[in-house]
Amino acid sequence: MNDELRELYQQVILDHSRKPRNFGELAPPCAHVHGDNPSCGDEVDLYVRFGEGGEINEIKFNGQGCAISQASASMMTQKVKGKGKPEAAAMVEDFRRVVMGDGEPVDVDRLGDLQLLEGVRKFPQRVKCAMLAWRALEQAMEEGE
Amino acid sequence: MDGHENWSFELGDERPDGGTLGRGDVCKREWKVMDWASIRGEFPILQQRVKGGRLIYLDNAATSQKPRAVIEAMSRYYECDNANVHRGMHELSGRATAAYEGAREKVARYLGAGSAEEIVFTRGTTEAINLVAQVFGAAFLQAGDVILLTEMEHHSNLVPWQLVAARCGARMKHIPVKDDGTLDLEVAAALFAEGGVKVAAFTHISNTLGTVNPVVELCRMAREAGAVSLVDGAQSAGHLRVDVRALGCDFYAFSGHKMCGPTGIGALYGRQEWLERMPPWHGGGEMISVVRLDGSEFKPPPMRFEAGTPNIGGAVGLGAAIDFIESIGREAIWEHDQVLTQHLLGRLGEVPGIRVLGQAVGVERGPVAAFTTAAAHPHDLVTFADERGLALRGGHHCNQPLMRRFKVPSTARASVYFYNTLDEVDEMIDIVQEAVRFFGGLD
Ligand SMILES: Cc1ncc(COP(=O)(O)O)c(C=O)c1O
Repeated sequence: MNDELRELYQQVILDHSRKPRNFGELAPPCAHVHGDNPSCGDEVDLYVRFGEGGEINEIKFNGQGCAISQASASMMTQKVKGKGKPEAAAMVEDFRRVVMGDGEPVDVDRLGDLQLLEGVRKFPQRVKCAMLAWRALEQAMEEGE
Repeated sequence: MDGHENWSFELGDERPDGGTLGRGDVCKREWKVMDWASIRGEFPILQQRVKGGRLIYLDNAATSQKPRAVIEAMSRYYECDNANVHRGMHELSGRATAAYEGAREKVARYLGAGSAEEIVFTRGTTEAINLVAQVFGAAFLQAGDVILLTEMEHHSNLVPWQLVAARCGARMKHIPVKDDGTLDLEVAAALFAEGGVKVAAFTHISNTLGTVNPVVELCRMAREAGAVSLVDGAQSAGHLRVDVRALGCDFYAFSGHKMCGPTGIGALYGRQEWLERMPPWHGGGEMISVVRLDGSEFKPPPMRFEAGTPNIGGAVGLGAAIDFIESIGREAIWEHDQVLTQHLLGRLGEVPGIRVLGQAVGVERGPVAAFTTAAAHPHDLVTFADERGLALRGGHHCNQPLMRRFKVPSTARASVYFYNTLDEVDEMIDIVQEAVRFFGGLD
């Protein structure tokens, strides 16, 4: 196995994909966004309950798909929980930069383990897998509740 | 098999070229020794390393590779003969026209058509099906008529009919697929019996299941119901002998690129009687006989359906691909497909948690295997394989309704062609096994 693959599929990522965190659904009222990559069959259903000030109070996801899409969703839910919308939006942008290799993220510490998904940038066809849950989050924040 | 009845070959026998006979070296139906290794040598692209390993190309159902003969025929055409067809009165135009029409005749012979007038060049299968759906649909389909398809159709034999149905109010019905990947012919008969079927369109070989459909029987059912039949030959044209008159179909569509030819060229066979009744599709040069400002007259088929400057170089390449395939023999190719596919299916069976879609056993099948494993998602598996130089396909293979039918979001798919080897299949299995261990957490 070569280095690119080892970097893409780090233990932490495989661990999240096998045992996703915050996996499940939230009962309404909450924002619910379905995201999919029709060309490959990856699916994520994201459930977000926002607080009074727009902060992410609760977040869960359901889905099926490749290790990258599921691990990215699982790690995302852990990191954005409790964040306000502006900060979460900034994290979406930072994460996009990490996986696309498109500029430096503004705040690396905030991303934490999510930086491990950096290996995706060597696999352009897999960027959309990594971004799937994040696109859903963006949409959930736009739609609010 | 005159005089060859007593020939017998054993594995390990000496080959005429000095090697020893291995599995798949002998074409039993034609009693000839096949030198698959030197046939493989005709494909320059296969002699390369990709990423970590020797290229193992197992995505042949998507598109095949091209032999030197095809690449050179196209270069030669552009270097020596290129001109527009049917127009100029100069030497080169004559040569280009002869090359283009010569290719049409080759296609006609290759498919067993009654004449070259029954062959319309298209960009490929998709365009051929759209031609029939739109032209036949506009001229002959009415609200309430039934378009009968199957659950295993490639999107290109489904979506064109949906577009037509939406426009004219026709209804669509689908012959179901059984768990073993074959069509439910009892339901098919019942659907025909319900009446109203004007068009029945089905694939010859499924690009996902490998199922070889009973097209002779389906075409007969269509005929008896007064419906026209269209066979999607994308996966059959390059693999087994096709005789459109023996199949009994009204239309047969195929793509050159899946049978050693270039992309952008394919053909529609249409029974003369139907082509003649069909109005034009695209308007433009080539398809007209007389043009006035207030209206035009059109050429007879096949030119009626070929508006504009056609893909002449592509047709030349397709002609060369046909010659190449015929020099090997379609019986030999199909037999070799079976040897490789049985080996592939047998070895896949060793992989833990494997599920192969629609595996009817003990029957001839197209050389594809779509599969899932419990541990590795198709995407991850395909990325893993790619790093080793192994080209597999992952996804829905333009078969979303079929994926839903088998309740899988996507699969990995390996598809072989005659230049693949048993060793390559074995290497693929090793890589799949490794991936399953890795993603399953056993490594
Ligand atoms: C069964 C089947 N039908 C139709 C097509 C469409 O062929 P093309 O894309 O060459 O038009 C394909 C291949 O992609 C196929 O496998």
